[in-house]
Amino acid sequence: MKVTVTVNGTRYEREVESRMLLVHFLREELGLTGTNIGCDTSQCGACTVHMDGKSVKSCAVLAVQADGREVTTIEGLAQDGTLHPLQAAFWEKHGLQCGYCTPGMIMAGSAFLRDHPHPTDEEIRHGLEGNICRCTGYQNIVAAMKSAAENM
Amino acid sequence: MATRIFGSGIKRREDPRLITGKARYTDDFQMAGMVHMVVVRSPHAHARITSIDTSAARGAPGVVAVFTGHDLKLGAIPCAWLVPGSDLKVPAHPALATETVRYVGDGVAMIIATDRYLAQDAADLVQVTYEVLPAVVNPETSTKEGSPQLFPEIANNVAFHWVASSGDDGVNQAFAEAEVVVKERIVQQRLLPTAMEPRAVLAQWDKYAEELTVYSTTQNPHIARFILSGVTGVPEHKLRVIAPEVGGGFGSKIPVYADEALAAWASMKLGVPVKWAETRSENYQVTIHGRDHVEYVEMAATKEGKVTAIRGTVYAGLGAYISTAAPGVPTILHGLMYSGAYAIPHIRAETFGVLTNTTPVDAYRGAGRPEATFLVERLMDRLAHTLNMDPVALRRKNLIPPFENGYTVAIGLTYDSGNYEAALAKALGMFDYEGFRREQAAARQQGRYLGIGVTTYSECCGLGPSQVAGAVGFQGGLWESAIVRFSPAGKVQALIGASPHGQGEETTFAQIIADELGVPVDDVEIAHGDTNRSPMGWGSYGSRTTPVGGAALVTAARKIKEKARAMAAHLLEAATEDIEYGDGKFFVRGAPDRFKSIQEAALMATLAWNLPAGMEPGMEASAFYDPPNFVYPFGTHIAVVEVNPATGQVDLQRYIAVDDCGPQINPMIVEGQIHGGLVQGIGQVLCEGVVYDDQGQLLTGTMMDYAMPRADMFPTFEIESTVTPSPHHPIGVKGVGETGAIASTPTVYNAVIDALQPFGIEQMEMPLTAPRVWKAIQDARAKGGQ
Amino acid sequence: MRPAQTTYQRPTSVAEALQILAAHEGAKLLAGGHSLIPAMNQRLATPELLVDIGRLDELKGISVSGNTLVIGAATPHAQVTASPNVRAHARALAQACGMLADPQVRNWGTIGGNIAHADPASDPPTVVLAAGGKLRLQSATGQRVVDANDFFLDLFTTALQPGEILRSIELPIVVDRRSAYVKMPHPASRYAVVGVAVFLDVANGYCSHASVAIGGAVPKATRSPGAERALQGSHLDDAALAAAAAAISAEVSGMAMSDLYASAEYRTAMAGVILQQAVRAALA
Repeated sequence: MKVTVTVNGTRYEREVESRMLLVHFLREELGLTGTNIGCDTSQCGACTVHMDGKSVKSCAVLAVQADGREVTTIEGLAQDGTLHPLQAAFWEKHGLQCGYCTPGMIMAGSAFLRDHPHPTDEEIRHGLEGNICRCTGYQNIVAAMKSAAENM
Repeated sequence: MATRIFGSGIKRREDPRLITGKARYTDDFQMAGMVHMVVVRSPHAHARITSIDTSAARGAPGVVAVFTGHDLKLGAIPCAWLVPGSDLKVPAHPALATETVRYVGDGVAMIIATDRYLAQDAADLVQVTYEVLPAVVNPETSTKEGSPQLFPEIANNVAFHWVASSGDDGVNQAFAEAEVVVKERIVQQRLLPTAMEPRAVLAQWDKYAEELTVYSTTQNPHIARFILSGVTGVPEHKLRVIAPEVGGGFGSKIPVYADEALAAWASMKLGVPVKWAETRSENYQVTIHGRDHVEYVEMAATKEGKVTAIRGTVYAGLGAYISTAAPGVPTILHGLMYSGAYAIPHIRAETFGVLTNTTPVDAYRGAGRPEATFLVERLMDRLAHTLNMDPVALRRKNLIPPFENGYTVAIGLTYDSGNYEAALAKALGMFDYEGFRREQAAARQQGRYLGIGVTTYSECCGLGPSQVAGAVGFQGGLWESAIVRFSPAGKVQALIGASPHGQGEETTFAQIIADELGVPVDDVEIAHGDTNRSPMGWGSYGSRTTPVGGAALVTAARKIKEKARAMAAHLLEAATEDIEYGDGKFFVRGAPDRFKSIQEAALMATLAWNLPAGMEPGMEASAFYDPPNFVYPFGTHIAVVEVNPATGQVDLQRYIAVDDCGPQINPMIVEGQIHGGLVQGIGQVLCEGVVYDDQGQLLTGTMMDYAMPRADMFPTFEIESTVTPSPHHPIGVKGVGETGAIASTPTVYNAVIDALQPFGIEQMEMPLTAPRVWKAIQDARAKGGQ
Repeated sequence: MRPAQTTYQRPTSVAEALQILAAHEGAKLLAGGHSLIPAMNQRLATPELLVDIGRLDELKGISVSGNTLVIGAATPHAQVTASPNVRAHARALAQACGMLADPQVRNWGTIGGNIAHADPASDPPTVVLAAGGKLRLQSATGQRVVDANDFFLDLFTTALQPGEILRSIELPIVVDRRSAYVKMPHPASRYAVVGVAVFLDVANGYCSHASVAIGGAVPKATRSPGAERALQGSHLDDAALAAAAAAISAEVSGMAMSDLYASAEYRTAMAGVILQQAVRAALA
């Protein structure tokens, strides 16, 4: 089936199998490998992207469902070479170690901050319930989220 | 002097690529003609294969080839830690089973197809018939007469039996004469390492050069090359292993697995690049698990609380085959650490390494030392309860007094340095212990159950020296190497043999170089993870990258500095001994305006227009560093919990960690390591645990069932440190990668048990989930507890 | 994580969707897909045809019609949670849809998909049942309205017939009715180990109406007449709550589910504990 998806501002037309997951479409059809795959049950959140402005786990969506929609991946988050405040805050606050969960964490976190501009620690920890990190113990991710909230 | 970069929490240079999606992990690589491999795996834990029919799969769309074990020309997957004196028997581990499968996930066939969806489609078409055999999953049960046998040549499934003792007579006498003995049966449940990046491999055979390149999610590319060379027959100088970005390992990416060998062989056979990437469910079935001990441990003491002896018998599950480092984990890395931070005169550790019909078990963060620390700290609290002593006072009574240069514990290890009392004092300074005890007593009156756990630990890491490696049967060295070189324009490149995968040594090692050579940190590049580029190294595990690899780096940098000093002296027409160094410049003593920068010296050495007599051109040095001993970080951790008796839910309210890993190169990164370790260790207490059923089916086979710690389980950790340098390390540093995971499990566990003292509960099996805690309370109430 | 071969159609109306369903026996409705696609990823579900109704505007939106709160089946959970109408008239549903799974799933998973899937450990069915809700179903021959009591039949089984589409969820609006949903989530899956929804009419401390439903603990969302009797006509004091707790646990006992994480015994006991938490939350 033919799909047209706008990813990071660029319109792509591709012929895909109906069964292809959005995450594989992004990674393998478009070469946008910044979005990672960490599980196969839609628990870990590593594959989180924005679809029509809302966070989504791209392993739980078929590429055909994204037809006609706008998708933003980690590669498209920085604007004109300037890091998104949350990207900058992850760097500043050591919110990542191996970096594998990080794109999904930043995509989920940036969507959360849009809806919760002044979050408490508890709200942040709760707001990240769809994302798993094995390296950081979450503490510096929470710190990065707070810091970004102050700078946004 | 400029601000010293050593000790500064500078931002990580790894991060820009990682936060923008530019990092490249193994599964991110695409190659022309690349095909995908899917392994068909056994659904049974123990079965004889009666037939494999691949005909339907061969005809499926996109399928390039289907192979079974009969097609392979591969050596067995080896074990690389042959612990001596233990009668170790290593059964053959074929890359694909041909006759018998021994765990759910054991490979029986492989599909190569043009697309990973099509490969999976074809895998579903492979028809394997099995004659199912009885299975055994518990390591203690597995040793009993009549248990299903995995290998005919290994009686009662005991692959090895290892004992370390300070002297059996002394141990026996201490227990016989003890005023108090406390005992416990401890189950260290299996854990899933769950590096967020599942394993992957991309093998590329160059049929013209007859060279094999393997991109692999490995913590130790040189060991991977060593082993893969043996398994595939490709000589090491024709085999290149690249560890690109690696998304965490925690030990699970130390071993070389069948899958890497299969992809390599398939690429050689088919002449195209072959990629394999495991799914998470597959990761949970085939990538190593951690822990899996059943332990019988006991501690002897006087009525005053002086510990006189400790001993244990451990049934350590190995899984169905013996993974790369598996025998060393429950022996050398576990049994030798029964003294903990305490002066204990008599110690005996005994371990049975046991095969079961389960996923192989190997090193997982802490690897043996968390289990040792847990049993020591558990027995300490139990002893305190038995003697009705305060657990902190009991620990104080038994801590090894401060030492700066060596303390030999009864079982024979010589700790490098320690000041346990100082760390304990610092932690207690952050916490009103007496006040808490009053609050706890008052809360109990209101039916609220608060608890505290205090752990004073010491662990051993920075794995080396090689002489010890040899003595304990590790089939490799444990040194590290580094090459440091100046480019003509004054930039520094350092190549290291170790292979960090998230820890941040690209940054901290640049800090070391900047500090040693007085160059801007941004002028330093640290390269690793490619056997064709990096010098030999034994890998990143056992908290050894900085203690061993960092020392190699310092040593190489100091060689450069001495050469630069000689070069500067020559250029300044002064004697080398008259040259002073400061902030990247070499001065003539007494004439501070006469100097050459290290970059100038490097440039002139590189140009070689005017070298001192006998000096070789260039500004490059390599160093091989074999540490004289392990390093022994230590500290005190405190946890406060509240248990809801109505639901059994445990609320972790405070966590204080004071760790001493010597001088900190980058405190921000040190704290990050501790945070992560804490969550892994606490995860073991509160939520994580592998469950197999009696038939060997993995019931916690996905993230839907295996509970990974999430952000909302934790308070903000309160982190402090003390600084006790290692006497034998060039810059005094110790490892910190595992301390959090080592200390936190007993700390939180003991806190929960402390909370439940009014019910008389002394023991529960981890994880302490709400249903389990609730059940323990119900049972205690039924027995007449509070 | 590689679904099996399938095909996909995206009708532009419910009527067209119904025609496709009628013509293809192996067809499966896809709205948000957040239950179906994870199952397809494990190849536990292998539908021949996916009929995507996730974009049909006629299935979306939240409105008040007389004394009824109407929620389109294809409305994502996040919109249910954010809806002022839902918060005002069925706070428990806003809570349930706000604690289901995680934010990403709530953004795209739909309430109708969730209810039609009828996972016993899911949250919205419990609330819809306690609220006295109704489900509006549409087939080629017309619409019918099924009381929630008659809709949830068993584990993953509802009154939906082949060729029927869940159109909307309809909850009665009662002035000043209070409600709450409390759950104990599974630590890995986040599904409810026990979830309890209560709807209460309380004036001057006196409870004149109580409806209670439980999920997670039992094979399908289930009302608790015993708890309702204990609460209704009481002042919701400790004794009444204890009686309600005992009643719901007694009812759950015998049909409670057991799994790796929590025994039937635990679920039975927690039914009462969580019920009390839910009543207190409704009053707060």
